Amino acid sequence: MTAIHYIRCLEGIVARECRRFLNQRGRFIAALVRPLVWLFIFAAGFRSVLGVSIIPPYETYVLYEVYITPGLIAMIQLFNGMQSSLSMVYDREMGSMKTLLISPLPRWYLLTCKLFAGVAVSILQVYVFLVIAGLWDIQAPLTGYAAVLPALVLSGLMLGALGMLLSSAIKQLENFAGVMNFVIFPMFFASSALYPLWKVRESSLILYKICDFNPFTHAVELIRFALYGQLNGYAFAYVAAALALFLGLAIYGYDPARGLIARKGQPDA
Amino acid sequence: MNDQQSGEQDKAQPGGSIVPALAVDGLSHQFGSTAVLADVSFAVQPGEFAVLLGPNGAGKTTLFSLVTRLYDNRSGSIRIFGLEVRRRPSEALAKIGVVFQQPAIDLDLTVGQNLCYHAALHGMSREAARQRMTAELERLGMLERAGDKVRQLSGGQRRRVEIARALMHRPRLLLLDEPTVGLDIAARQAIIDHVRRLCDAEDMAVLWATHLIDEAAPGDRVVVLHKGRVRAFGGVDEVIEGAVAGSLAEAYATLTGTNQE
Repeated sequence: MTAIHYIRCLEGIVARECRRFLNQRGRFIAALVRPLVWLFIFAAGFRSVLGVSIIPPYETYVLYEVYITPGLIAMIQLFNGMQSSLSMVYDREMGSMKTLLISPLPRWYLLTCKLFAGVAVSILQVYVFLVIAGLWDIQAPLTGYAAVLPALVLSGLMLGALGMLLSSAIKQLENFAGVMNFVIFPMFFASSALYPLWKVRESSLILYKICDFNPFTHAVELIRFALYGQLNGYAFAYVAAALALFLGLAIYGYDPARGLIARKGQPDA
Repeated sequence: MNDQQSGEQDKAQPGGSIVPALAVDGLSHQFGSTAVLADVSFAVQPGEFAVLLGPNGAGKTTLFSLVTRLYDNRSGSIRIFGLEVRRRPSEALAKIGVVFQQPAIDLDLTVGQNLCYHAALHGMSREAARQRMTAELERLGMLERAGDKVRQLSGGQRRRVEIARALMHRPRLLLLDEPTVGLDIAARQAIIDHVRRLCDAEDMAVLWATHLIDEAAPGDRVVVLHKGRVRAFGGVDEVIEGAVAGSLAEAYATLTGTNQE
């Protein structure tokens, strides 16, 4: 197996994931409607209630819609990461996970390809969202649209790796509702997506600490700064560390020698 | 990757004898405290059609999962053309094609997309994939269906596409786990005939797992697996003789049904 084999494999996995996503119109629309509802309805309603002071990277007062846009971008990626995890559980039940894992390429590489494929799909969604938000006059500097791309890759990988880790632990599809309740919502609300952390700190120090610990917060901040052409070094390091941790554990989970699959066996075993 | 390690034992056997396509030796496996396979040993020679015969729950699927390294074997050894699966998984997996018991094919992608996806997983170029796809679909008489979504195919056709997919990278050993489950008699026969022809034409070793005795033919090698143990292994005649039976069906009943071990 040489580098060219690895590249062809990555291409094949990304192409399959994108085809599947584009085939599922419903999923595409749902993925867009969710953040747009937050942006146009929730944010508009709360605009007057939640005033946001000038904090970096913003140089002027910003509208609440502007403030939550990076949070909604991260939300798209969070949902997509979980959706990919759902599709991996589904793939496992439907057997197509097996066809992936019997490829002669190393398993860590196959899982990483799968992760990149999920990120590619999430970035597609994010840019469509940004275009619609842009038409609504919620715009970032033009260079920000390019600068945000590497941030999206990193945050998408981190959230996808989290989903993959969960998928190695979830045995059946039905348990996915639990993921929604126990992962998506707490991660989203206990973060800087909807309100700046200094505001959270004013009301509760413990909650502030939880938010600050939450890797999702740092994904949001990484995206927020990148959208204004700045690198938030701390957020970058935090997200990268979380990615390494989640991916390491996910690969462990899918390892035939040690992980959960070997211990529990598969449903049809 | 550890497949660069060269293994002394992985070389051809001494004395110039043929390296088996699949050699399972002293293989045991358990889930928790339940033993699923106990000291399983058998071999399939290159170009041979071998039938792994056993009732449901005999451990056939677990055996397949171990051979394909979906599970890791903690005891015994599994060699594919002399390559120890544990130590050189990449090279070993490149030599096998697998058709799982559960259909594992993307219903919303076309036949061609499914086949090309598999080819990509094996690092094949698009051009090579297209050539192999044409050859395999032609052999099935399904070339004109390459652009159809798999959802539009019948159960038998889907199975045949899965077999074509398993052959995309030209494996030397084809593993099929109960490939005829859920098919009507005609489709079942068509699949068996197809795989037997492949075995002859490509000089490919086949391990065919089933619980249906009539899927074994006189010239085949048979492995009878029951409750995780190999109850008999040899040519059809040898198995019948060994069980002091008049037919394979009788031998199978003796080895699996009435045996109280």
